[in-house]
Amino acid sequence: MAAPIGNVVIPGDTFSLLQLQPNDEHKKILLGPGLKEEEAEIKVLRPGILRFRKPGVYWVDCHHKRYIPAKGDSVIGIVNQKVGDIFRVDIGSSEQASLSYLSFEGSTKRNRPDVKVGDIVYAKLLVANKDMEPEIVCIDGYGRSNGMGVIRNGGFLFHTSLNLARKLLNPECTLLKSLGNRFQFEISVGVNGRVWIKAANDVQTIALVNSVIASEYKDNDQIKEMCKRISKAVSRMEVD
Amino acid sequence: MRETPLSNCEREFILNFIAQQKRLDGRKAYDYRDLRIAFGVSLGCCHVELGKTRVLAQVSCEVGEPKQTRPHDGVLYVNVELSPMACPSFEQGRQSEEGIELSRLMERCLKESRCLDLESLCIVSGEKAWHLRVDIHVLNHEGNILDCASIAAISALAHFRRPDVSVHGEEITIHTLEERNPVPLSLHHMPLLVSFTFFSQGKYMLIDPSSKEEKVMEGKMVVGMNKHRELCTLQVTGQMLLLKEQVLRCSSIALTKVTRITELIHEALENDKQARLKGDKHGFAVLVSGDKVTSNRLPKTEVKVDTLEVSDDMGESQSSEDESGNEPMEEHTEGVPKESAVEILTKGVGMIGEGGASTWLDVPQADTKQLAAKKQKHKVSKMEEDEGSSEEEEKVILK
Repeated sequence: MAAPIGNVVIPGDTFSLLQLQPNDEHKKILLGPGLKEEEAEIKVLRPGILRFRKPGVYWVDCHHKRYIPAKGDSVIGIVNQKVGDIFRVDIGSSEQASLSYLSFEGSTKRNRPDVKVGDIVYAKLLVANKDMEPEIVCIDGYGRSNGMGVIRNGGFLFHTSLNLARKLLNPECTLLKSLGNRFQFEISVGVNGRVWIKAANDVQTIALVNSVIASEYKDNDQIKEMCKRISKAVSRMEVD
Repeated sequence: MRETPLSNCEREFILNFIAQQKRLDGRKAYDYRDLRIAFGVSLGCCHVELGKTRVLAQVSCEVGEPKQTRPHDGVLYVNVELSPMACPSFEQGRQSEEGIELSRLMERCLKESRCLDLESLCIVSGEKAWHLRVDIHVLNHEGNILDCASIAAISALAHFRRPDVSVHGEEITIHTLEERNPVPLSLHHMPLLVSFTFFSQGKYMLIDPSSKEEKVMEGKMVVGMNKHRELCTLQVTGQMLLLKEQVLRCSSIALTKVTRITELIHEALENDKQARLKGDKHGFAVLVSGDKVTSNRLPKTEVKVDTLEVSDDMGESQSSEDESGNEPMEEHTEGVPKESAVEILTKGVGMIGEGGASTWLDVPQADTKQLAAKKQKHKVSKMEEDEGSSEEEEKVILK
């Protein structure tokens, strides 16, 4: 019996290695979140949907709100504190991340970046380790900002579940496509479940925020339908 | 645990939006969120939902000595629990400043308004009296715990029944619930708290703030009132100055809100009473429907465009149904099929959605019927070719 890929698994379910790897035994298996190897069998630790990706990656997809830092993730954080040379940034993990003032584009010891407490930053995780404080940077390997840095000029920040954030980041995301056909807006999504949206005006921004939140339990057709209704409603409001 | 800080971006946006006379969730300035009142199976247990804020109140009683200073009175304790379950920033055990303020206000609302006749709780003067205890547990914090808690507490007190007591000389008997019907407490009136939040030097005022609005507010005024227009509590916190007119306006708004909420409480109490009398399902069991997964339940208010067409001046998508108290929540379940037109297969048999012909029909009969239908259809289509009517319509006409 093959592993129930795409089906719901619950904690305590076990698979043998053979179940996960039905055809080629020389392939490596990679166990992602929610799975653990224990005494030659694989245990499920989280309730969710078992997913598989070639060549041999297995993980459990479940509803999550708490972010666990992983190296290389792009996140949105809120600057909480200024301590000497570093900023403490809340990225939704159990510990606050640190952000050095030197890790902004064009910043030097003399030329400090203009970051205030309460600002939001789009950054990448440089260090993510279970025993260490996470560290984020706003530059890439070449010292360029590459879209990262402090997010300014209004807009609205809100929190979603991590699943929804990943869904939005999917290049095939129906919601953003169909919203993009109707509205002009800027969006930045952190994998830590924080989303920043800015549209032409406040009413549109809120409409977009609500449609993103409402899309969590909708399928693609329903999302399209919703976008149509929202754009109608918003345009009517703006005429008045 | 730390609370997620509020970013400048959110703060500015919310304040800006309020200045445009709009709110994030689409309510108007004087709107409450949806209010639901439910009672538990045990007496004096009340669960109140105000939007996503949830509070559970439980009243209990025991016999003890009355206070020395008031030998003819029973005693009422009010206890507010803020556990980390409600909001991660609340700490277990230690009372925060917010917690102290909350429990103090609740005490003032319930004890100092003298809504409860404490003298009737006395059993033997100076020796024995009922000690009532109201435990208020905050289950979820999404703003405005205070109003929610006051509704829960007063409804729980109105719902509570204490055991009957008879005194013969020296002998005191407390009758069990089986021996004698328990007695309700004598509530003179129902004081409720209504909080008003102020923004930009008291320029803008909102009722029933959400947790984000509470974070950006400048100050808060709490009005405790009953439906007889009697002021029970008044408190102003925060750094702002208020005009006399504003206070008067707040109190008149509070009156309308309190009257409406009191009605809702009475309605909920009456519903519970009727359910108990009839032996229907009562208590929290009613809240749970067995055939649905409730964990993903969302009240269908996130984006409700239908009502938007009616109220054009609203900021966005949520309905502004004020205090739509006992309305059932609509449920979102994943993969709900779209509404599609009913397709008529044979006479008296309709089909909704996909799935093909019904297999419940008597097969041979249906076949012959269909054949007959086809034959006739040919004739009909020959006759009315230019009309181009669809097959379905013909079927309906033929049978």
